[in-house]
Amino acid sequence: MSDDRMGNKGDILLEMRDIVIDGYSDDRWHEIVKGVDITLRRGEVMGLIGESGAGKSTLGLAAMGYARAGCRITSGSITFDGMDLLKKSEAERRALRGTRIAYVAQSAAASFNPAHQLIEQTIEATVRRGIKPDAEARADARKLYRDLQLPNPDSIGERYPHQVSGGQLQRVMTAMAMSPRPDLIIFDEPTTALDVTTQVEVLAAMKRIVEQFNTAAIYITHDLAVVAQMANVIKVLRYGETIEDAETRKMLSHPEKEYTRSLWSVRSIEKPEEHSADIILKVDHVDASYTGSAKVLDDVSIEVPRGHTVAIVGESGSGKSTTARVITGLLPPSSGQVIFNGQPLPPTLAGRSVEQLQNIQMIYQMADTAMNPRHTVRDIIGRPLEFYLGLRGRERDTRLLELIEMIELDESFIDRLPAELSGGQKQRICIARALAAGPDLIICDEVTSALDQIVQKGILELLLRLQKDLGLTYIFITHDIATVKAISDQIVVMLQGRVVEQGMKSEILSPPFPAYTELLLSSVPEMDPDWLTGLLKARAEGAVVSG
Amino acid sequence: MNDKDDMIPSEAAELADQGYSAAGEVGMIKARRSYRENIWRGLKSAPPTALFGLTVISLYVIFAVFAPLLAPYGEAEIFPMSYAPWSDEFMFGTDQLGRDVLSRLIYGARNTVGIAFVTTLFAFVIGGGLGITAAINNNGWLDNLLSRSVDVLMAIPSLIFALILLSMFGANTLNLIIIIAVLDSTRVFRVARAVSLNVVVMDYVEAAKLRGERMFWILYREILPNIMPPLVAEFGLRFCFVFLTIAALSFLGVGIQPPTADWGSMVRETAGLIQFAEYDFTAAMTPMLPAAAIALLTVAVNFVVDWFLHKSSGLKD
Repeated sequence: MSDDRMGNKGDILLEMRDIVIDGYSDDRWHEIVKGVDITLRRGEVMGLIGESGAGKSTLGLAAMGYARAGCRITSGSITFDGMDLLKKSEAERRALRGTRIAYVAQSAAASFNPAHQLIEQTIEATVRRGIKPDAEARADARKLYRDLQLPNPDSIGERYPHQVSGGQLQRVMTAMAMSPRPDLIIFDEPTTALDVTTQVEVLAAMKRIVEQFNTAAIYITHDLAVVAQMANVIKVLRYGETIEDAETRKMLSHPEKEYTRSLWSVRSIEKPEEHSADIILKVDHVDASYTGSAKVLDDVSIEVPRGHTVAIVGESGSGKSTTARVITGLLPPSSGQVIFNGQPLPPTLAGRSVEQLQNIQMIYQMADTAMNPRHTVRDIIGRPLEFYLGLRGRERDTRLLELIEMIELDESFIDRLPAELSGGQKQRICIARALAAGPDLIICDEVTSALDQIVQKGILELLLRLQKDLGLTYIFITHDIATVKAISDQIVVMLQGRVVEQGMKSEILSPPFPAYTELLLSSVPEMDPDWLTGLLKARAEGAVVSG
Repeated sequence: MNDKDDMIPSEAAELADQGYSAAGEVGMIKARRSYRENIWRGLKSAPPTALFGLTVISLYVIFAVFAPLLAPYGEAEIFPMSYAPWSDEFMFGTDQLGRDVLSRLIYGARNTVGIAFVTTLFAFVIGGGLGITAAINNNGWLDNLLSRSVDVLMAIPSLIFALILLSMFGANTLNLIIIIAVLDSTRVFRVARAVSLNVVVMDYVEAAKLRGERMFWILYREILPNIMPPLVAEFGLRFCFVFLTIAALSFLGVGIQPPTADWGSMVRETAGLIQFAEYDFTAAMTPMLPAAAIALLTVAVNFVVDWFLHKSSGLKD
């Protein structure tokens, strides 16, 4: 079975010519991929990059001759190792998937069957297709776990999906893809859902194993810095069309197209930090816990200067969002207090006055769930105007229009529902809703992390401009260091419910670092194709202390 | 409709290439249809059973609304002939007091269906309101109090409970409506609470709480619009049960009281005629008519509800 796959490195493995894929929505077929070519050689990793809706995932799936429900491949040819996939029967194509072509999905947690042990799922395709007998496949899976640096490689396979962490699960999925020794693996945003510190480990494991077995791969992501570590060649897609493709180094140093350059420049916003002694909000020795569980916040003290931005950084579970819940009054602290404008805030929501509520507004990570899908933009932004300011009718609509213009949208958006807006527009409407109350302080909870880079940049610039024009104070919760650099004056680093470090941006981001800050900072991928290799080497030599 | 709504991605792409603008941002933008378009599209794709159901329901509504115009005689008009056979003068004969059966059937649509509708509506206001409130207060004292009270009420067989209460408070229309509405609201409570639990965890509900909105606003503006489809389907089903309960209570003599025409009591009053089937088949069919009217409406409503549930659950096949 494995004789024919020992092709030479450099042979063409996958050739997709002029692929056109239609998607069905609003009662008609739209072209979502418009004549894209892909040539992939053995042992080569191609990065597919673009914003959401660019057709990356659809194209990735098409490499397996597969179109998801509501999509159809209308023309073009897909030649995999000399076979034209589109001319094969569905059964023949299915025989290739999971054996010679494997797929690693974005959300490992949603892709595993919770009722089966990990190792059963890892070797399922290999054994069922008769590539290896059961015992041999198991031994091989354990070896793969070891290669992927999973803890307890000999016994981790006996666990169930909920018993391991997200990063481990993503590596087990890579082992699953690797188990039949495929010629081609398609990685579909495999690290997008992970923390930066975990992402590094997973990336390193995937890179190593792909090189070790000389497997070709298509790596789909919207994160340029990530793709720079993984891919030999990069293809930039937009609206289903190829914008540019080139070798990674060439692409990074000399992008040809304006659009590509705009993707590159996203991380270039930099805000000069400013110092201020006028404290608007003080979180004073706060402890908090959810009923019946251990302390989530342990003696947290944070000072927020008026008119400036404090970024709270940390990985998931570090207590960033809980701190926001305490400040807003959703979670009363078990001890300590929150002082706003010199006055202690009542601990519960019910105890706070309308003015206190009005002064602290919140913007959420997922704009989708932060807006009622049945309310129009007019209802969403108009409500705080009515509720806090008592504006009605024409007065309200005038102010509404001002706000809409402030967030760089126009009149035509007023009567739309959230479903009729793009991701960035939704987040802008949420910003307008917060502004409508006329607050002093806005808490931004991961507001850009669900957005494409180019849209992120727009949102960050908008927030900066609004701060300047209106003198707003922001608490910016994020795990993305690039965002922190772009927007903050001060930084608070949190770990396991405690504040590890806090101070001005320049202090925090320059050495010497406490161990955890160092780990967090060094884990943020950079636009340098050698970054990951360099980092791993440095860490192996012990130059970087791991937290 | 705005031009941008219908923009196909490639045009948008060309536009966007002129530089980034928030308003020109595309992505997963979907065009919206007006209500009328949506209803029309829904009807065109409705299965024949649902169309049949809709037709039957519309006919019942027409009969109920225009009863005085359509019925040949008055609701309680008494003729000197009791148990008259089917004839040109009395199409379905007369009952034991000499009232025209056809006229009473038509008025019965108004009374039975009307009272069942009002009762169901009432049950939804009580059960839905409390159910959503309980969901907002998830696992708080109010939720526990309401949920356990509902459990207690549901533990008693509802028909027997209704009989007891009606005998206690007296069998009149108002009592009938209130008692059945309260008993049935327990079922509505459960459904409303369950579907609301998925909505109350959304950030927009939290945002409304943070804004300082009152409970009623959150219930009515934030949650209710998002749980309408399952509630509407439940309304149809509940309506059938309420309707059958009222008919059953009337048949037992504690429901809608004479001389008000009502299908349940009509079955009871003329039930004796069935035994004469071998002598006069049409006369024996007289009690079957109101029974058939009840059955037909129940089936029709269920057809429509099935279709609606199917649509709102998002299943494609």
